[in-house]
Order: sequence, then C-alpha cells, then structure tokens
Amino acid sequence: MIEIKNLHKSYKMGSNSLHVLKGINFSVAEGELVAIMGSSGSGKSTLLNILGMLDVLDEGSYNLDGVPIVDLNETKAAQYRNKFLGFIFQSFNLINYKSAMENVALPLYYQKVARKEREEKSIKYLEQVGLKEWAGHLPSELSGGQKQRVAIARAMAAEPKVLLADEPTGALDSKTSYEVMDLIQKINDAGNTILIVTHEPDIADMCKRIVHLKDGVIVEDKKVDQVRASQYV
Amino acid sequence: MFNKDRWKEILEVLTTNWFRTVLTAFGVFWGILILIILLAAGKGLENGVKSDFGDSATNTMFVWSRNTTKAYKGLPKGRRFRFKLKDVAAIKESFPDLKFVSPRNQLGGFGGANNVVRGLNTGAYNVYGDYPETIQQDPMLMTSGRFINYSDINEKRKIAIIGEGVKRGLYSKGETVIGSYIKIQGVNFMVVGTYKKKNTNGEEGEKEIFVPFTAFSQAFNRANNVGWMAITANDGTSITSLKEDIVALLKEKRKVHPDDKRAVGYFDLYEEYNKIESLFGALKFIAYFVGVLVLLSGIIGVSNIMLIVVKERTKEIGIRRALGENPWSIKVQILMESLFLTLISGMAGIVFGALFVYGINTLLDANGPVDMFLNPSIGIGVVIVALIILIISGLLAGFIPANSAVKVKPIDALRSE
Repeated sequence: MIEIKNLHKSYKMGSNSLHVLKGINFSVAEGELVAIMGSSGSGKSTLLNILGMLDVLDEGSYNLDGVPIVDLNETKAAQYRNKFLGFIFQSFNLINYKSAMENVALPLYYQKVARKEREEKSIKYLEQVGLKEWAGHLPSELSGGQKQRVAIARAMAAEPKVLLADEPTGALDSKTSYEVMDLIQKINDAGNTILIVTHEPDIADMCKRIVHLKDGVIVEDKKVDQVRASQYV
Repeated sequence: MFNKDRWKEILEVLTTNWFRTVLTAFGVFWGILILIILLAAGKGLENGVKSDFGDSATNTMFVWSRNTTKAYKGLPKGRRFRFKLKDVAAIKESFPDLKFVSPRNQLGGFGGANNVVRGLNTGAYNVYGDYPETIQQDPMLMTSGRFINYSDINEKRKIAIIGEGVKRGLYSKGETVIGSYIKIQGVNFMVVGTYKKKNTNGEEGEKEIFVPFTAFSQAFNRANNVGWMAITANDGTSITSLKEDIVALLKEKRKVHPDDKRAVGYFDLYEEYNKIESLFGALKFIAYFVGVLVLLSGIIGVSNIMLIVVKERTKEIGIRRALGENPWSIKVQILMESLFLTLISGMAGIVFGALFVYGINTLLDANGPVDMFLNPSIGIGVVIVALIILIISGLLAGFIPANSAVKVKPIDALRSE
C-alpha cells in the first residue's frame, strides 16, 4: 500500500540545515496497523507529514497504492489527500462553527458529493463511532473523546486507502484513549490500513507492528502481538 | 458558485462577529452614499441651470450689425449699416446645414418709453417683427389663438401675438383678447394669440409682442432692413463650426472689411451651452473622484478585515486543505465573502442615498423652487456604474487576503495555534 525508498528530508533553519530524515526505507501492506514510535525530534511527525502529502520529500521515492507521489502541485495534492488519505490529529482539528455531521461531511463536500448523500453517509459514519445522537452538536459541546471520534468518522468518510493518525490519544486521558484505540482497532479489523504516530508504549502495543525511529533512521521494525483495547474499556 | 453550502459558510463567517462586520460594512456604505449624494447634487445643479435654457434651440447663434471700424472699398469707417433680407436668403443658400435663419426687427427695449396703447391703458413692451420659425428657436406655449404663419408674412397682415404679461397690463380680467386691437406706435394690430414662456424667470419674457416681420417692416418703415438674426443649425452640425463663415459672408455682402472685427456682433448660444456642459462634466468627474476615494478607504477597511479573518482562520484553512479542499475553492470562498460584504453594504448605501435624494426632492417640492437647483436625481446608469465599482472593489479587497490564504502551506497552517 505504502512504499518508501531512501527518503531524505532536511529543513533549512537560518544558515544551517537540519537533516531530519536520513534515508528511510519502509513499506506498509494493506490492512496493517502500524505504530511509529520515537522520541521528539526523531522525525516521526515529519515522516507522517510526508506520507500525508502535507510536506514534500527532498530525495527518494514514495508510492501510495501504486501511484507515485511526485511533483504534486497544491491542487493535485489536495485531490490525492482527499481520495487516498484520512487524517486524525492530536488536537482533533474539528471546525468550530460546523456541527459534528457537517464536519464529517466535509471531505465528501470536497468530492462534490450531493448534499443528501453526504448527510446520509456522515450519519452512517457517526453511527459507527457511536455518536449518531450528537450529529447536530457543535464541537464545543462534545467531550475530548467524542471530538476525536467525530474526527475519526470524518477521516473515514471519504473512504480513504490509509488512515494517518498523529498522536490520536495525546490529548486524552487513558480511559478515553483506550476507547479511541478500541475504535481504531475495530476499523482496522474491517480491513483499513492505519498508521499511528505515538510515543506512548501502551498505545503502540495495541498495534500490530511497531517501527522505532531515532535521529532520522529506523532502528527497529517489528511485528507485535496486538493487545486488544477492549479489555480495558 | 451558487451552492447553498458556500453561502451558508459566508453567512456563518460574516455573522460570527457582527459588530466588526457592521463597522467594516459602514466604510463601504459611507463611500457609496457620498458618491450617490454628490452625483445627485451635481445633477440637481445641472437640471436647475439647464432649465434656464428651457427648450430653446441651443444650437443657435445671434448676429447683429454695428458700426464699421475700418474703411473699405471707398466706404468710410464709422459707417452704420444694416443687414438686408437678401442677406438672409444668401445665408440660407450658402449653408445648407442650417435649420432656421430668422431675421428679426425690434422696437422698444429695456427701459424704453411707452409704445403700446389700448384704450386708456399704455405700456412699454418689446415688439418683434418675426418669422414663424421663431417659436421653434425660442419656445412659447400658446395659451390662446395662434402664432404667426406664412400667410401673415406674405400678406403683411397686421396681427400681434402678445405675452400673458402684456395681456395683464393692457386688458382687465375676463376681457376678450383675441380679435381686439392694440396700437403699436400709432399703428393698429389685431391680437390673434397669447403665449406663455416655458423657461421664463419672472415675467420679463412674457412682456413681449410678436408681429409678422413683413408687416413690421412696412408699419415702421424698415424697408428690407434686418435688425438681427437668430440662426439655428441642423442637429448634426454645431453652429460654432459655421459661425465664422456666416459672419464672413455677411461682411462680404455688406461691404465690410474682412478684418473688421467689430462690425458684426454675434452671440453663440451653443458655445455658452457647451461651456456649461463641460462645467457639469467636470463636476461629475469631481463627484466620482471624491466618491471613489471615500469608497476606497472603505474598501481598504474590508481588505484589512478579510486579512484578519484569514489570519484567524489559518488553522481552519489548514484543516480543510488537509481534508482535500482545492486551494482555488478556498480562494473563491474568501473572494466571495469580500464581494458579498462589499455588495451588501454598497447596496445599502445606494438605497439609503436614493431615499436621501427622494427626501430632498420632497422638501423641494413642498417649499417651492430654489434658484439653480432642480430635481436632484440618480439615473439607473449611475446605479449600474456604482454596482460595477462595488464588484470590482470587492474583488480587489478580497484579492490579497485570498492569496495570503492559499499561500500558507497546509502543514504550517495546521501547526498555528
């Protein structure tokens, strides 16, 4: 599904440049649930941004579902993001003045799906995350866990190939974190490919594979026995 | 562009901070209001001044003879000469672009002695010997009877058309005017019509008596002399372009030295009218200039607020781009918000300006006419121009903010808190 070869990325900080990713080789098959771990500054967020086409790579190649991601202009990148990727952020990033349902419907709106179908679909996804009754509420009226579940519904609404989650539980207490992880595991069970950036080992253990990053290189890449989150809920 | 979601969002954004939106809108409102009021005031002044011209044929010049100041062909300088009727024919023949050439003779004048008698009433009036065309050059409203016609001219009928002012001076109320006789310098004329002037200021214009040119010449011994002429050109030709040639022709016919600048006097009504026209052109330009400048400060206000809105929404824009919104769509969104705000406030300005002008008109109507000011108004053309200005300025106001909105990389936008 994801195929990365010899990925390099550096940032210019004034006169000196900071080499963040130093030759990453990495691939993810369909249906995997991968945790990307590492301390801060290890390059894990940069990797996720490049995977999410929010940032461009300096060197190397990136294939997503057989499509080479290269030389994208903003319009094309937006189109690919919409079609291939679903984002889940640490700070939820819901749009404040739109209701839960409208938030979920946004990616569909950008695909020019008709209003009625959009509403039906977003209700369906809200139902999957158990928030059907909250469809008309604004994000400010929801708890943190609920917000993240709306964000997950939104990420899934466009039926992307890959879900990218950047510290999805970073702003949540552990009970809510496990609920969210339970949801993510269920989505993965349904066959979706998911990448999670986290620095919490217990969250990483709930994935099927852990990739350790350190100073811009992969130091460890191992398959693990998944811990089911449902036992903590 | 006209989808419901987009409009919903525009309204949501603009109504989140009502006070700010209204303040911003006020700048544009005020600019367009000033523009409308200035234009309406200019139009009112124009209408007022132009009503003094009334329906006069403005493409007209007047020529009269004076004393020569140069000796020519054995004739001395200081000679008094008069135009002749054949000069009129010569002008008509040489200048096919002329509509009317009306020779006129005149008795009386400002401060003249009493020259008209009817029974025991006397009065001092201007008496003109005229051709039927006069009524088209200097419009009058016939209140009874008729004006001079060519039978009168050919048969030298001694008839007179008198103004309402003359009627008031010579007749008592309710007396029959038509068919009665008045004595002008001892000669009897039958009154066949009365008139009112359309463009009169006061009654001076109605204290005039018109009689057929031929009858006038015969009665007052003018032979075939012509006192002065009113010459009107066809609509396509300006009299100003012909006047030099006409004057030159007259000089030649009357044996006046071609360089004698003072022998033939003339007044070019068209030129005067054009001067006033260009004055109002300039006024209109100033109105647009000032109005647009005031509007500009409003537009800058809109642009400023849109920049702030974009800044406030940077994160939201980042989210939307991460979710796959086309940058162009974001640009259109910002542009439409700016356009919508500008148009709504501008339209409010137009409506308010129109109401203001309406109020002024009502006041003017209620309090009677004011000198040099009449019926201030704004045409649909002005409204359309104002709307076009608004659309352009709304787009301009949104342009910079829209660009800055899409210039931010989605990743930076997401990071901003």
